[in-house]
Amino acid sequence: MMDTRVPEIKTVEAPEGVEGAGFFATSLEKVVGMARANSLWPLPFATSCCGIEFMATMGSHYDISRFGSERPSFSPRQADLLMVMGTIAKKMAPIVKQVYEQMAEPRWVLSMGACACSGGIFDSYSVLQGIDRIIPVDVYVPGCPPRPEQVIDGLMRVQDLARNESMRRRNAPEYQALLESYNIK
Amino acid sequence: MTPQESAAAPEVAVAEDPVKVQNARVLALLHRLFGEATFTDVEEQYGLLSVTTTREHIHGVIAGLQQDQEIKLNFLTTMCGINYPEDEGKELGMIYHLHSLTQNIRLRLKIFFPVADPVVPTLTDLYNSANWMEREAYDFYGVIFTGHPNLIRILNVEDMDYHPMRKQYPLEDGTREDKTDLFFGR
Repeated sequence: MMDTRVPEIKTVEAPEGVEGAGFFATSLEKVVGMARANSLWPLPFATSCCGIEFMATMGSHYDISRFGSERPSFSPRQADLLMVMGTIAKKMAPIVKQVYEQMAEPRWVLSMGACACSGGIFDSYSVLQGIDRIIPVDVYVPGCPPRPEQVIDGLMRVQDLARNESMRRRNAPEYQALLESYNIK
Repeated sequence: MTPQESAAAPEVAVAEDPVKVQNARVLALLHRLFGEATFTDVEEQYGLLSVTTTREHIHGVIAGLQQDQEIKLNFLTTMCGINYPEDEGKELGMIYHLHSLTQNIRLRLKIFFPVADPVVPTLTDLYNSANWMEREAYDFYGVIFTGHPNLIRILNVEDMDYHPMRKQYPLEDGTREDKTDLFFGR
Protein backbone atom coordinates (compact mmCIF):
# COMPACT_ATOMS: atom_id res chain seq x y z
CA MET A 1 0.00 0.00 0.00
CA MET A 2 1.29 3.42 -0.86
CA ASP A 3 2.21 5.86 1.91
CA THR A 4 -0.11 8.78 1.40
CA ARG A 5 1.03 10.85 4.38
CA VAL A 6 1.89 14.41 3.53
CA PRO A 7 4.89 15.84 5.40
CA GLU A 8 3.89 18.53 7.82
CA ILE A 9 5.07 21.86 6.49
CA LYS A 10 4.92 24.83 8.78
CA THR A 11 4.13 28.04 6.98
CA VAL A 12 3.75 31.54 8.31
CA GLU A 13 0.36 32.29 9.72
CA ALA A 14 -1.70 34.96 8.04
CA PRO A 15 -1.79 38.33 9.79
CA GLU A 16 -4.91 39.61 11.50
CA GLY A 17 -7.54 40.66 9.00
CA VAL A 18 -11.05 40.30 7.73
CA GLU A 19 -11.72 37.12 5.88
CA GLY A 20 -14.68 36.18 3.74
CA ALA A 21 -15.58 34.10 0.76
CA GLY A 22 -12.93 34.80 -1.84
CA PHE A 23 -11.26 37.76 -0.14
CA PHE A 24 -8.95 38.62 2.71
CA ALA A 25 -8.41 42.17 3.88
CA THR A 26 -5.62 43.41 6.13
CA SER A 27 -3.32 46.38 6.37
CA LEU A 28 -0.50 46.66 3.86
CA GLU A 29 1.97 47.29 6.65
CA LYS A 30 1.30 43.86 8.17
CA VAL A 31 1.72 42.07 4.86
CA VAL A 32 4.91 43.91 4.05
CA GLY A 33 6.24 43.28 7.56
CA MET A 34 5.48 39.59 7.22
CA ALA A 35 7.18 39.40 3.86
CA ARG A 36 10.25 41.27 5.06
CA ALA A 37 10.58 39.23 8.23
CA ASN A 38 10.50 35.94 6.37
CA SER A 39 12.91 36.78 3.62
CA LEU A 40 15.77 38.49 5.41
CA TRP A 41 18.79 38.19 3.19
CA PRO A 42 21.84 38.32 5.42
CA LEU A 43 25.23 39.66 4.41
CA PRO A 44 27.75 37.68 6.46
CA PHE A 45 30.62 39.99 7.32
CA ALA A 46 32.74 37.31 8.94
CA THR A 47 36.25 38.21 10.05
CA SER A 48 37.15 35.51 12.56
CA CYS A 49 36.00 32.58 14.68
CA CYS A 50 32.37 33.78 14.96
CA GLY A 51 32.26 33.38 11.19
CA ILE A 52 32.99 29.67 11.62
CA GLU A 53 30.07 29.42 14.01
CA PHE A 54 27.92 31.22 11.47
CA MET A 55 28.88 28.63 8.86
CA ALA A 56 27.48 25.97 11.18
CA THR A 57 24.32 28.08 11.56
CA MET A 58 24.05 28.34 7.81
CA GLY A 59 24.66 24.62 7.22
CA SER A 60 22.04 21.92 7.07
CA HIS A 61 22.18 20.99 10.76
CA TYR A 62 20.94 24.31 12.12
CA ASP A 63 19.76 25.63 8.76
CA ILE A 64 19.19 29.35 8.93
CA SER A 65 17.11 29.08 5.74
CA ARG A 66 14.22 27.74 7.81
CA PHE A 67 13.75 31.38 8.80
CA GLY A 68 13.71 32.70 5.27
CA SER A 69 17.40 33.58 5.22
CA GLU A 70 17.93 31.14 2.42
CA ARG A 71 20.31 33.26 0.49
CA PRO A 72 23.35 34.80 2.14
CA SER A 73 23.97 37.83 0.00
CA PHE A 74 27.58 38.63 -0.69
CA SER A 75 26.68 41.95 -2.21
CA PRO A 76 25.47 44.62 0.21
CA ARG A 77 23.12 46.01 -2.46
CA GLN A 78 20.77 43.04 -2.22
CA ALA A 79 21.11 42.43 1.52
CA ASP A 80 18.64 43.34 4.25
CA LEU A 81 20.63 42.27 7.28
CA LEU A 82 24.29 42.95 7.96
CA MET A 83 25.68 40.26 10.25
CA VAL A 84 29.02 41.43 11.62
CA MET A 85 30.83 38.45 13.08
CA GLY A 86 34.27 38.73 14.55
CA THR A 87 36.93 41.19 15.59
CA ILE A 88 36.83 44.41 13.62
CA ALA A 89 40.24 46.05 13.53
CA LYS A 90 40.33 49.82 13.30
CA LYS A 91 41.68 49.47 9.80
CA MET A 92 38.59 47.42 8.90
CA ALA A 93 36.13 49.94 10.39
CA PRO A 94 35.75 52.17 7.28
CA ILE A 95 35.04 49.05 5.21
CA VAL A 96 32.26 47.93 7.55
CA LYS A 97 30.80 51.39 7.36
CA GLN A 98 31.03 51.47 3.59
CA VAL A 99 29.29 48.10 3.34
CA TYR A 100 26.53 49.39 5.60
CA GLU A 101 26.16 52.53 3.50
CA GLN A 102 25.85 50.47 0.34
CA MET A 103 22.88 48.54 1.71
CA ALA A 104 19.44 49.70 0.66
CA GLU A 105 16.69 50.49 3.17
CA PRO A 106 15.22 48.72 5.02
CA ARG A 107 18.41 47.42 6.63
CA TRP A 108 19.20 45.87 9.97
CA VAL A 109 22.45 45.06 11.72
CA LEU A 110 23.17 42.05 13.90
CA SER A 111 26.38 42.16 15.91
CA MET A 112 27.54 38.65 16.71
CA GLY A 113 30.03 37.80 19.44
CA ALA A 114 31.91 39.68 22.12
CA CYS A 115 34.40 41.28 19.71
CA ALA A 116 31.83 42.83 17.40
CA CYS A 117 29.70 43.95 20.36
CA SER A 118 32.38 45.46 22.59
CA GLY A 119 35.87 44.61 21.39
CA GLY A 120 35.84 41.47 23.54
CA ILE A 121 39.19 40.35 24.88
CA PHE A 122 40.95 42.59 22.38
CA ASP A 123 41.31 45.65 24.54
CA SER A 124 43.95 46.90 22.15
CA TYR A 125 44.97 50.05 20.33
CA SER A 126 44.32 48.37 17.00
CA VAL A 127 40.82 46.94 17.57
CA LEU A 128 37.53 48.75 17.29
CA GLN A 129 35.80 48.57 20.67
CA GLY A 130 32.38 47.57 19.35
CA ILE A 131 30.90 48.15 15.91
CA ASP A 132 28.20 50.39 17.37
CA ARG A 133 30.85 53.12 17.31
CA ILE A 134 30.58 53.31 13.54
CA ILE A 135 27.17 51.91 12.56
CA PRO A 136 23.84 51.55 14.41
CA VAL A 137 23.23 48.01 15.70
CA ASP A 138 19.77 46.45 16.08
CA VAL A 139 20.53 43.14 17.80
CA TYR A 140 23.55 42.11 19.87
CA VAL A 141 24.34 38.41 20.24
CA PRO A 142 26.77 37.90 23.14
CA GLY A 143 29.15 34.97 23.44
CA CYS A 144 32.69 34.02 22.53
CA PRO A 145 31.65 32.66 20.13
CA PRO A 146 27.86 32.32 20.47
CA ARG A 147 26.31 28.96 19.73
CA PRO A 148 24.28 28.59 16.51
CA GLU A 149 21.11 28.54 18.63
CA GLN A 150 21.99 32.01 19.89
CA VAL A 151 22.57 33.26 16.36
CA ILE A 152 19.19 31.88 15.31
CA ASP A 153 17.63 33.57 18.33
CA GLY A 154 19.29 36.83 17.29
CA LEU A 155 17.94 36.39 13.78
CA MET A 156 14.46 35.84 15.21
CA ARG A 157 14.76 39.09 17.17
CA VAL A 158 15.59 40.83 13.89
CA GLN A 159 12.52 39.16 12.41
CA ASP A 160 10.45 40.63 15.24
CA LEU A 161 11.84 44.05 14.40
CA ALA A 162 11.12 43.60 10.70
CA ARG A 163 7.61 42.36 11.39
CA ASN A 164 6.57 45.06 13.82
CA GLU A 165 8.46 48.10 12.65
CA SER A 166 6.81 50.86 10.71
CA MET A 167 6.96 50.14 7.00
CA ARG A 168 8.60 53.47 6.40
CA ARG A 169 11.04 53.47 9.26
CA ARG A 170 13.60 55.35 7.23
CA ASN A 171 11.35 58.42 7.21
CA ALA A 172 10.98 58.53 10.97
CA PRO A 173 12.71 61.55 12.51
CA GLU A 174 14.37 59.46 15.24
CA TYR A 175 15.84 57.12 12.61
CA GLN A 176 17.09 60.11 10.65
CA ALA A 177 18.63 61.50 13.82
CA LEU A 178 20.24 58.14 14.58
CA LEU A 179 21.90 58.00 11.17
CA GLU A 180 22.85 61.64 11.54
CA SER A 181 24.63 60.82 14.83
CA TYR A 182 26.70 58.22 12.96
CA ASN A 183 27.37 60.74 10.20
CA ILE A 184 25.79 58.46 7.60
CA LYS A 185 24.39 60.37 4.60
CA MET B 1 101.46 11.14 22.07
CA THR B 2 101.06 7.64 23.49
CA PRO B 3 98.67 5.18 21.83
CA GLN B 4 96.37 5.39 24.88
CA GLU B 5 96.03 9.17 24.57
CA SER B 6 95.27 9.14 20.86
CA ALA B 7 92.60 6.50 21.48
CA ALA B 8 91.00 8.63 24.18
CA ALA B 9 90.94 11.83 22.11
CA PRO B 10 88.02 10.90 19.77
CA GLU B 11 85.89 10.03 22.81
CA VAL B 12 86.37 13.50 24.24
CA ALA B 13 85.31 15.05 20.94
CA VAL B 14 82.15 12.96 20.87
CA ALA B 15 81.24 13.95 24.42
CA GLU B 16 81.47 17.63 23.52
CA ASP B 17 78.18 19.32 22.59
CA PRO B 18 78.07 19.49 18.76
CA VAL B 19 76.00 22.69 18.96
CA LYS B 20 78.72 24.39 21.00
CA VAL B 21 81.36 23.20 18.57
CA GLN B 22 79.44 24.62 15.66
CA ASN B 23 78.78 27.92 17.46
CA ALA B 24 82.46 28.26 18.27
CA ARG B 25 83.26 27.64 14.62
CA VAL B 26 80.75 30.27 13.46
CA LEU B 27 82.04 32.79 16.01
CA ALA B 28 85.60 32.18 14.90
CA LEU B 29 84.52 32.77 11.32
CA LEU B 30 82.76 36.02 12.30
CA HIS B 31 85.90 37.23 14.08
CA ARG B 32 88.08 36.27 11.15
CA LEU B 33 85.85 37.99 8.56
CA PHE B 34 84.89 41.16 10.38
CA GLY B 35 87.25 41.52 13.33
CA GLU B 36 86.76 40.75 16.99
CA ALA B 37 85.88 44.33 17.92
CA THR B 38 82.78 44.23 15.70
CA PHE B 39 80.92 41.88 18.02
CA THR B 40 79.97 42.13 21.68
CA ASP B 41 77.64 40.29 24.06
CA VAL B 42 78.09 36.80 22.65
CA GLU B 43 75.30 34.54 23.94
CA GLU B 44 74.22 30.97 23.27
CA GLN B 45 70.66 30.80 24.56
CA TYR B 46 69.12 27.41 23.79
CA GLY B 47 72.09 26.73 21.51
CA LEU B 48 71.34 29.69 19.26
CA LEU B 49 74.42 31.84 18.76
CA SER B 50 73.58 35.47 19.29
CA VAL B 51 75.90 38.44 18.87
CA THR B 52 75.48 42.19 19.18
CA THR B 53 77.01 44.56 16.68
CA THR B 54 76.42 48.17 15.66
CA ARG B 55 74.31 49.75 12.96
CA GLU B 56 77.49 50.92 11.22
CA HIS B 57 78.55 47.28 10.76
CA ILE B 58 75.25 45.46 10.34
CA HIS B 59 74.84 45.86 6.60
CA GLY B 60 78.42 44.83 5.87
CA VAL B 61 78.22 41.82 8.19
CA ILE B 62 74.98 40.49 6.70
CA ALA B 63 76.22 41.11 3.15
CA GLY B 64 79.51 39.36 3.95
CA LEU B 65 77.77 36.34 5.51
CA GLN B 66 75.43 36.11 2.53
CA GLN B 67 78.34 35.99 0.11
CA ASP B 68 80.71 33.87 2.19
CA GLN B 69 81.10 30.48 0.52
CA GLU B 70 82.04 28.65 3.72
CA ILE B 71 78.96 29.38 5.81
CA LYS B 72 76.41 30.51 3.16
CA LEU B 73 74.12 32.34 5.59
CA ASN B 74 71.89 33.32 2.71
CA PHE B 75 68.39 33.21 4.19
CA LEU B 76 66.90 36.03 6.29
CA THR B 77 64.49 34.16 8.54
CA THR B 78 63.09 37.22 10.25
CA MET B 79 63.88 40.64 11.56
CA CYS B 80 62.06 42.68 14.16
CA GLY B 81 62.29 45.77 16.28
CA ILE B 82 62.53 45.92 20.04
CA ASN B 83 62.26 48.66 22.65
CA TYR B 84 64.05 48.82 26.02
CA PRO B 85 63.18 52.32 27.31
CA GLU B 86 65.41 51.95 30.40
CA ASP B 87 68.63 51.46 28.36
CA GLU B 88 69.69 55.03 27.80
CA GLY B 89 71.25 55.62 24.39
CA LYS B 90 70.20 52.13 23.19
CA GLU B 91 66.46 52.29 23.64
CA LEU B 92 65.60 50.84 20.27
CA GLY B 93 66.97 47.73 18.63
CA MET B 94 66.73 45.55 15.58
CA ILE B 95 67.19 41.80 15.68
CA TYR B 96 68.09 39.77 12.61
CA HIS B 97 67.84 36.00 12.31
CA LEU B 98 69.94 34.39 9.60
CA HIS B 99 69.86 30.80 8.45
CA SER B 100 72.15 28.76 6.26
CA LEU B 101 69.87 26.42 4.38
CA THR B 102 72.70 24.26 3.07
CA GLN B 103 74.48 23.78 6.41
CA ASN B 104 71.60 24.30 8.85
CA ILE B 105 73.35 27.00 10.82
CA ARG B 106 71.40 29.74 12.51
CA LEU B 107 72.69 33.07 13.76
CA ARG B 108 71.04 35.96 15.58
CA LEU B 109 72.40 39.47 15.21
CA LYS B 110 71.32 42.42 17.33
CA ILE B 111 71.91 46.13 17.04
CA PHE B 112 70.85 48.88 19.43
CA PHE B 113 70.60 52.62 18.86
CA PRO B 114 69.11 55.71 20.53
CA VAL B 115 65.40 56.39 20.15
CA ALA B 116 66.17 60.00 19.22
CA ASP B 117 68.10 58.85 16.16
CA PRO B 118 66.42 55.64 14.94
CA VAL B 119 68.19 55.37 11.60
CA VAL B 120 69.38 52.02 10.28
CA PRO B 121 70.63 51.01 6.80
CA THR B 122 68.14 48.95 4.81
CA LEU B 123 68.68 45.33 3.85
CA THR B 124 66.36 45.49 0.85
CA ASP B 125 69.36 45.55 -1.48
CA LEU B 126 70.41 42.14 -0.07
CA TYR B 127 67.09 40.46 0.67
CA ASN B 128 63.77 41.32 -0.99
CA SER B 129 62.03 39.74 2.00
CA ALA B 130 63.40 42.57 4.15
CA ASN B 131 61.03 45.01 2.45
CA TRP B 132 57.86 44.19 4.37
CA MET B 133 59.69 43.33 7.60
CA GLU B 134 61.35 46.74 7.62
CA ARG B 135 58.00 48.37 6.96
CA GLU B 136 56.65 46.47 9.96
CA ALA B 137 59.52 47.66 12.18
CA TYR B 138 58.92 51.19 10.95
CA ASP B 139 55.20 50.86 11.59
CA PHE B 140 55.47 49.57 15.15
CA TYR B 141 58.77 51.06 16.39
CA GLY B 142 59.46 54.01 14.09
CA VAL B 143 62.81 52.71 12.89
CA ILE B 144 63.86 54.63 9.77
CA PHE B 145 65.57 52.44 7.18
CA THR B 146 67.74 54.54 4.89
CA GLY B 147 67.52 53.37 1.29
CA HIS B 148 64.22 51.52 1.69
CA PRO B 149 62.20 51.94 -1.53
CA ASN B 150 58.76 52.36 0.08
CA LEU B 151 58.93 52.98 3.83
CA ILE B 152 55.25 53.37 4.74
CA ARG B 153 53.01 51.72 7.34
CA ILE B 154 52.10 48.12 6.57
CA LEU B 155 49.68 46.88 9.24
CA ASN B 156 48.25 49.81 11.17
CA VAL B 157 45.85 52.41 9.84
CA GLU B 158 47.61 54.87 7.55
CA ASP B 159 46.72 57.96 9.56
CA MET B 160 48.07 56.62 12.87
CA ASP B 161 50.36 59.29 14.33
CA TYR B 162 52.56 57.21 16.63
CA HIS B 163 54.44 53.92 16.74
CA PRO B 164 52.34 51.74 19.03
CA MET B 165 54.84 49.11 20.19
CA ARG B 166 57.10 51.69 21.78
CA LYS B 167 56.58 51.16 25.47
CA GLN B 168 55.65 54.73 26.32
CA TYR B 169 52.28 54.15 24.64
CA PRO B 170 49.57 52.07 26.34
CA LEU B 171 48.61 48.79 24.73
CA GLU B 172 44.93 49.17 25.66
CA ASP B 173 42.38 51.21 23.80
CA GLY B 174 41.78 54.42 25.71
CA THR B 175 38.11 54.63 24.76
CA ARG B 176 37.03 51.30 26.25
CA GLU B 177 34.09 51.86 28.60
CA ASP B 178 33.10 48.51 30.07
CA LYS B 179 36.29 48.08 32.09
CA THR B 180 36.13 51.16 34.29
CA ASP B 181 35.20 49.06 37.33
CA LEU B 182 36.87 50.34 40.51
CA PHE B 183 37.89 46.90 41.81
CA PHE B 184 37.98 44.51 38.89
CA GLY B 185 38.66 46.76 35.92
CA ARG B 186 41.97 48.01 34.80
